[in-house]
Amino acid sequence: MKLLSLIPLVTLATAVYAAPQSFDFKDPKGVNNAVFSLDAPLESVNGSASGISGTVSFDPENPSATTGKIVVAAESMTVPNPMQKEHLHGANWLDVGKYPEITFEAKSLANVKTEGSVTTADVSGTFTLHGVSKDLTVPVKLTYLKDKLSARVPNLKGDLLVIRANFNINREDFDIQKGNYEDKVSPTINLTLSIAGAAVAK
Amino acid sequence: MKRILQTLAVLVIIAAAATWLVTGANRGWTKTSVAVKTLDPVTGIEGISYNKKFVAGVDFLGAAFAGAALLAGASLFFRKPNNNQNDVTNQA
Repeated sequence: MKLLSLIPLVTLATAVYAAPQSFDFKDPKGVNNAVFSLDAPLESVNGSASGISGTVSFDPENPSATTGKIVVAAESMTVPNPMQKEHLHGANWLDVGKYPEITFEAKSLANVKTEGSVTTADVSGTFTLHGVSKDLTVPVKLTYLKDKLSARVPNLKGDLLVIRANFNINREDFDIQKGNYEDKVSPTINLTLSIAGAAVAK
Repeated sequence: MKRILQTLAVLVIIAAAATWLVTGANRGWTKTSVAVKTLDPVTGIEGISYNKKFVAGVDFLGAAFAGAALLAGASLFFRKPNNNQNDVTNQA
């Protein structure tokens, strides 16, 4: 009888342990970045964005249930040439004043494969750029680093989740100078995301 | 004046070419900052920061050549000193 009364407790404890964790991607170390590159016949543009935030719900016991939203501050996009940067942020291109955020909202995962702490999957979700939202499927690599938060941020205990993704988008799909300047600014934009999020232990 | 402008034009080209070579002979656009990558040992992510540094590009060279061409062009509006006329003046 006593053993039977323990079952709900054990079930509850298991449920708590297996609950998805919320990882915050506002990195205090400032290493999170999104790299973008465009290679046109006359000109290549390479830069990065560092203003990354967002949260991802990840369950190490069930990675296929991962959901979340990553936000890149458009203003944080930087290229080494000051005139290019001015044009990039300007009203004719990204119009960062009007469209301050670039977002990807993950809704479902497919082709999930987990080996140790590394999960690869195809994430489907909504990518929003320049005020236009499109459904995309992106290959991602998720690395779960259990109890590694204190190694990055002393005095904080918890886990880390590293997300890496590399994919292409077409600027014309997002109404960015459709059909214009294709010899100087490639329509295809390659994006590489390397970000780490933290889940503080409660 | 003609000689001064022509000399300036040559100097502008030499200075621009030297600056371009010294800052790395960059065949892209001029940069005022360069990306520096630092590896985060825990996550393995390469963080990117930008350091202020002037790297002359082909636009810098082009502007310098255009400036030099303007100086050389302006020199055409000045007459070459006439040595014979000077001689006549001296004799008088």
